[in-house]
Amino acid sequence: MTTTEIQLPQSSPQIASQIAPQNTIRDGRVEADHLDLLESHSIFILREVAAETERPVLLFSGGKDSAVLLHLAVKAFWPAKLPFPVLHIDTGHNFQDVIAFRDDLISSLGERLIVASVQRSIDDGRVADPGEGSSRNRLQTTTLLDAVRDHRFDAAIGGARRDEDKARAKERVLSFRNAFGQWDPKAQRPELWQLYHGHVNPGEHLRAFPLSDWTELDIWRYIRREAISLPEIYFSHERDVIERDGMLLALSEWVTPRRGERVERMNVRFRTVGDATCTGAVRSNAVTVEEIIEEIATSRISERGATRADDRFSETSMEDRKREGYF
Amino acid sequence: MPAAAPTTHPGPPPAGLAHSDLLRFAAVGSVDDGKSTLIGRLLFDTRQLFDDQVDALAAAAERRGLGEIDLSFVTDGLRAERSQGITIDVAYRYAATPRRKFVIADCPGHLQYTRNMATGASTADLALVVVDASRGLSEQTRRHICIAALLGVTQIVVAANKMDLVGWEYEPFERLSEELSDLAQRLGIQSSWVVPVSALHGDNVVGSSKNAPWYVGPTILELLESLPAGEWARVHGSHRGSAARLPVQWVLRDPRGGRSYAGMVNGGPFRKGDRVVVLPAGLETAIQSIDTFDGPIDVAPVGKSVSLELTDHIDVSRGDLISSLDDPADVTNLIDATLCWFRDVPLRPGERLRIKHTTRLTPAVVETVSHRFDVNTLELRPVDHLSNNEIGTVSVRTADPLAVDSYRHDRITGSFILIDDATNSTVAAGMIGTPGIDRSQLNPN
Repeated sequence: MTTTEIQLPQSSPQIASQIAPQNTIRDGRVEADHLDLLESHSIFILREVAAETERPVLLFSGGKDSAVLLHLAVKAFWPAKLPFPVLHIDTGHNFQDVIAFRDDLISSLGERLIVASVQRSIDDGRVADPGEGSSRNRLQTTTLLDAVRDHRFDAAIGGARRDEDKARAKERVLSFRNAFGQWDPKAQRPELWQLYHGHVNPGEHLRAFPLSDWTELDIWRYIRREAISLPEIYFSHERDVIERDGMLLALSEWVTPRRGERVERMNVRFRTVGDATCTGAVRSNAVTVEEIIEEIATSRISERGATRADDRFSETSMEDRKREGYF
Repeated sequence: MPAAAPTTHPGPPPAGLAHSDLLRFAAVGSVDDGKSTLIGRLLFDTRQLFDDQVDALAAAAERRGLGEIDLSFVTDGLRAERSQGITIDVAYRYAATPRRKFVIADCPGHLQYTRNMATGASTADLALVVVDASRGLSEQTRRHICIAALLGVTQIVVAANKMDLVGWEYEPFERLSEELSDLAQRLGIQSSWVVPVSALHGDNVVGSSKNAPWYVGPTILELLESLPAGEWARVHGSHRGSAARLPVQWVLRDPRGGRSYAGMVNGGPFRKGDRVVVLPAGLETAIQSIDTFDGPIDVAPVGKSVSLELTDHIDVSRGDLISSLDDPADVTNLIDATLCWFRDVPLRPGERLRIKHTTRLTPAVVETVSHRFDVNTLELRPVDHLSNNEIGTVSVRTADPLAVDSYRHDRITGSFILIDDATNSTVAAGMIGTPGIDRSQLNPN
C-alpha cells in the first residue's frame, strides 16, 4: 500500500489563511446568476457521482480548484457528511503552507483524508526517482492508479477545468478509464443533456470533473462570493526565486541555483499549486481576492502557460499524460 | 440587391435582451467545411486567446511547415486530430465579449462521430452550422441540422463558408440560402440566418467584409451576440407555471434526525407549502421546507440544486420524481420515442438494454422499431431496424414505471439514454413523444 490514512485532530484549529472578502457585494445580477448556475450544476454532478458509483473519492491537492470542489461537495451533502473520503496525491515536493492548509481544512470539516505518497511509490520501486530537483508531476499517475486499485475506488472526482488545456477541453464530465487507468479520447461515451452515466466494470473507473464548465475567473469570483479560504501562497508575498526556462521557481530544498542562475527576491504569488519543482510563481502585488480578480481579468498569459513547466515538453503533453492515467 | 440574411426570421435580430448574458452554441456541419477554423477565427479576432496560446499555435504551424497559424488547432487539441486535420470529439471553449458570455461546443463532422455531435448539441441554445459554399449542403450537414432540430435547438446561424473559393458570387450563396430556408421551415426551426463568410480570411466573422457588397446583413459575431440566449433553459420548463419537477438524486439524512430529498429543480418553481405528488408511486404530500447549505428558502427556482423536506413520512428514494400535483408527469411502462442510434450493431425489436431516465436506471426492452427518419427527404420510412447514426421512432417497455413528460415540453423528464449491459456504452439518445419538429411539415410515408 502506498497510502496512509491520516489521523487528524478533531478540534478545529485556525484555518491557515482567513480571507475576508474585500467586497461581498456581487458584481450584479448577471454574474450572480452565472455563478449560481455553475454551482448548482456542479452540485448536481457531485450527487450523481455519489449515487451512481460504489466507492468514489474526492481528489484534493490544496489548490484553489480543489478548495472550491471541496466547498461544493460540502454544500451538496449538507447536513450529512461527505459520502466519500478525500485523497491527496503527495509528491513530497510541497509548499509547507499548502500541507498545513490541507490538514487544517479537512480536520475542521471532520472528513476522512487519505494521503498517497509518491515518495513511497519511489521507495517501493514502483517508479524511478527522476533525481534531485526534477519534477515528480508525471510520477503521480502511478501513485494515483495504485491508490485507486488498492482502495477499489470506482470514481475519482477532480477539480480539472476545460479552459485549462486543449486536451481537457475535449473531456467528458464523467470520463471513463479502462482497467489500465487509460483515457481513450477517440472512444468517449456520449454525454447528452444532464444524463450522467457512471457504471463501470470491476477494475475500471471514472474520473468526474464537476468544475468542467468553470473558468479561472469564475473560480476566483466564487472564492470571493463564498469567502473560501486558500493557502497563503496564492497571495502576493516576498520570496526568493530563480528564473529558469522563463519561469520563476521558488528557492527550496529541491530547487537550488544551477550554474549561471541567480537568486532574486521579489513580490510574487502562485497562480496554481502543484509540484514545487515545476510550478512557477508570477510577479504580483495582488494581496486580496479582489486584486487577484483584477489581475487575472487583464492577464494576457494563460494559467498553465504562466506556471507549468511540464506542459512545455510538447504540444500534447497533457493529452499524453492523461492517456497514461494522469488527473 | 437582396440582403438575404434572414431566411425564416423577419426583421433584424432582437437587441438588448435583459437576461442574455450566456449563450451556449454548438458548431456543427460536415467534415472539412471549416467548423474548427471558424471557431478559431472567432476566438482569435475577438482576442480570446492568450499570448502563450498564440505562440504555441505559431510553433505548431512552424513544426508542420505551414506558412501561417492553423486556426483549427485552437480547438483541435488532440494529437490524432492535428495529424489528420479533423475533429474527433467535442471541444468546449469559453469566451466573453463585452456583450455576452459564450460556451462553445466545437463538434466533429464525421459520420462516425455523430454521437459526439449530439453530445455537443444536446445543451445548445443555438447551432452554428458551417457549410462549404463551394460544395453545397451535404447529407451529413442535413443530418446535423435534423439532429439539432430534434434535440430542440430552435435557432440556427449558417456560415456559408469558403466564399472566397466561389469568387464571392451571389448565386451559390442564394442557392444555399434557399435550400436552408426550406429545410429550416420544414424542421420547425424558428429562426435561421445565413451569412457569407471566409473563416480562413475572417470575412464577415467578426468584422464585415468588403468582398460581398451585395450582403448588408449582420456578421456571425453580431448574430451570436444578439440572438436570444438561454433558450435551452427557457424551453425546458421554466415557463411552465405549476408544472414543477424534481428528480430525486439522493436522500440526505440529517444527523440530528429527519431526511430530505436532494435534486435539481426542473420546471417550477417549487414553493414551501406546495402540494406535490411523488411518482411513480402516486403518493400525495406537501413541501415542508426547501433546504440549502446557505439556509432555507421559500421558493426554489428552475435550475437550482436544493433538498426538499416533505410533510408526510412516505417512502421516497433515488429515481422518484417529486412533481406538481396540479400538472403531474405521466406514469407509464411503455414509451414512444424518437431515437438516435449510436452502435455499430443495428437496433432490432426485442433488444434488451438499460434505460437511464432522469435519475432512474431500469431494464428496458425495445418492443418496436417502426420508422427511420430520412434526412434527405425528411420522410419517415417504415423499417425493422436502425443502423448506426440513424434516427428513428421506437417504443420501449421498461421494468420500472417511469414518470415522463414529452420532450417537447420538458427536456429533462422527456429525455433518456439507452445503455448496453455488456459494455456499459451509451448506445442511444432518446426523446419521448413527438419531438420538437412540426410533423405537419414532414411527409409521412
